[in-house]
Amino acid sequence: MQHRSHIYGVMGEFGTPEELLHAVEKVREAGYRRFDAFAPFPVEGLSEALGLKRNLVPAITLLGGLAGGVGGFFFQYWAMAITYPLNIGGRPLNSWPAFIPVTFELTILGASLAAVFGMLALNKLPQPNHPVFNVHRFTHASSDRFFVCIESKDRKFDLAECARLLQEVHAHHITEVALD
Amino acid sequence: MSVEQPPFDSPEIRRLTPVIGPGHTFGSVTDKISSIVLTRPTSLGWYIGFLIAFSLMGVMTVAIGWLVIKGVGIWGINIPIGWGFAIVNFVWWIGIGHAGTLISAILFLLNQKWRTSINRFAEAMTLFAVACAGIFPLIHTGRPWMAFYMFPYPSTMGLWPQFRSPLIWDVFAVSTYGTVSLMFWFVGLIPDLATLRDRAVKKPLKIIYGMLSMGWRGSARHWHRYQSAYLLLAGLATPLVLSVHTVVSFDFAIAIVPGWHTTIFPPYFVAGAIYSGFAMVLTIAIPLRKVYGLEDFITMRHLDNMAKVMLATGLIVAYGYFFEFFMSSYSGNKFDVFLVQQRLHGPYAPFYFALILCNILTPQLLWSYKMRHNVTVLFIMSIVVNIGMWLERFVIVVISLTRDFVPSAWGRYSPTFWDWATFIGTIGMFVTLLFLFVRVLPAISIAEMRELVAETSEEKK
Repeated sequence: MQHRSHIYGVMGEFGTPEELLHAVEKVREAGYRRFDAFAPFPVEGLSEALGLKRNLVPAITLLGGLAGGVGGFFFQYWAMAITYPLNIGGRPLNSWPAFIPVTFELTILGASLAAVFGMLALNKLPQPNHPVFNVHRFTHASSDRFFVCIESKDRKFDLAECARLLQEVHAHHITEVALD
Repeated sequence: MSVEQPPFDSPEIRRLTPVIGPGHTFGSVTDKISSIVLTRPTSLGWYIGFLIAFSLMGVMTVAIGWLVIKGVGIWGINIPIGWGFAIVNFVWWIGIGHAGTLISAILFLLNQKWRTSINRFAEAMTLFAVACAGIFPLIHTGRPWMAFYMFPYPSTMGLWPQFRSPLIWDVFAVSTYGTVSLMFWFVGLIPDLATLRDRAVKKPLKIIYGMLSMGWRGSARHWHRYQSAYLLLAGLATPLVLSVHTVVSFDFAIAIVPGWHTTIFPPYFVAGAIYSGFAMVLTIAIPLRKVYGLEDFITMRHLDNMAKVMLATGLIVAYGYFFEFFMSSYSGNKFDVFLVQQRLHGPYAPFYFALILCNILTPQLLWSYKMRHNVTVLFIMSIVVNIGMWLERFVIVVISLTRDFVPSAWGRYSPTFWDWATFIGTIGMFVTLLFLFVRVLPAISIAEMRELVAETSEEKK
């Protein structure tokens, strides 16, 4: 059953977020899994309609924050108490309360860097080109139109069948998406 | 939904003072905001304004160049007033930089929809203010080319920064703040850069915006992670914004100088920062909406809300002033009592009274609905508050340093031409960056405005 298709998928266009949500639900009900929706803003309920589960960004952010905080604190401890100890009037070398502000800032820095770069990496961005950009009307995906694209990699994919399904949910401008 | 809402945000009020003008669609907000960048011809006014601002920035360049050649002796600083204008201006700018992240992060977490049309340029303002702020401690070191000493890098001397010093905390706080604000701003910009890429006609613009948008295509899977990341950034930026001015206040409060060594400094510095930040947002928003006809997006409701935030934070600041005064008098510590007297009767008393006038008395006008809805009054008020907050930092830095513990260590401070040139120059740099920003990037978040259109159209149904 392994046949490579010459197209990326089939795309349908919608005018409102409600139509998009309806279409996504129907496509999912029809049993398709490798498909995606495109919207100019985060549409409420779209993630649920697509069946997206919790993502990894929060976990990566936590790890980044922990790395920043723990690393930051022990780095200060190492610098101030071990490698370059300065005896100032016999005060303790591990003056941990004085290390807290920098520890705090580095926790935030680590977590924020992890959140942003983690999000970009999971989204595989930057990605200069993508087959969906081959569709002429797709420029509207960043202003006022909504799109659903069923990918040819889906096990159930069949060009005519997908086009019919998109027509059923009242998609305008149903087009093939060329691979390159 | 409206049941849990407190009465001041009732549907009736929302109908009367909307956060977005009536009749807007996804397409119309996109057109209107992106046209400012893409299709509108650059007006003569823009060129004139930019030229003035850029000339002032040139003044800064000359002032810093002369400083590098001659050293900090060209400033009015002396012993005992080692801090002078550089630190006054640093604290002033960093304070202004607080409103952007506050609007973006805290109001986002509180689900305040009115933040949408002002967050983008408020964040930009934050970045530019932090950039201006960063210049001052850097050049105040006297040898700015050695500034990398403040960062922990493995040197051949085996030397590390003194992590117990508030000045090093400041380096970490301000650089973290700058970095996180930049990321927050940029992440918010990605979908809008994609819009500009798709709408640009000229090839070079398509390429530049295309590179910056990193191939964003609005995929639902991307939005899913994007929203998580944005929410997390907002959650992280909230404690960060409160920590930054706290750490700045530690620069003072950890020292034992009279007038600085108080526990009230962190909260009152943070309130003051938000106060001046909102004042600066108003100073920018009022001309911006006028010039680019954005009254539908930055409505009277926004101006009214910002005026209310200014009034509230202004009252916290007033509370801070009062307790600073009260605690010094009540403590019976003779140096503290003396300092309070110096504020009222000393050589810099006019500055103190001007500060009270600008920061406490004038803003009381904002209690009146009429005043909050008078754009001219708000604009003047925002400038008065900015001046007031600058005076506050001047009073804190200069009066305390000129009236130390022993009379033999007393002194006087007056800024020189070069002090003023550097300060005015940074204002030039700030305005230059703002002019460039409104010209090449969308000053209002287009993606979030579309979201707002979707939400308000649901409310009407």
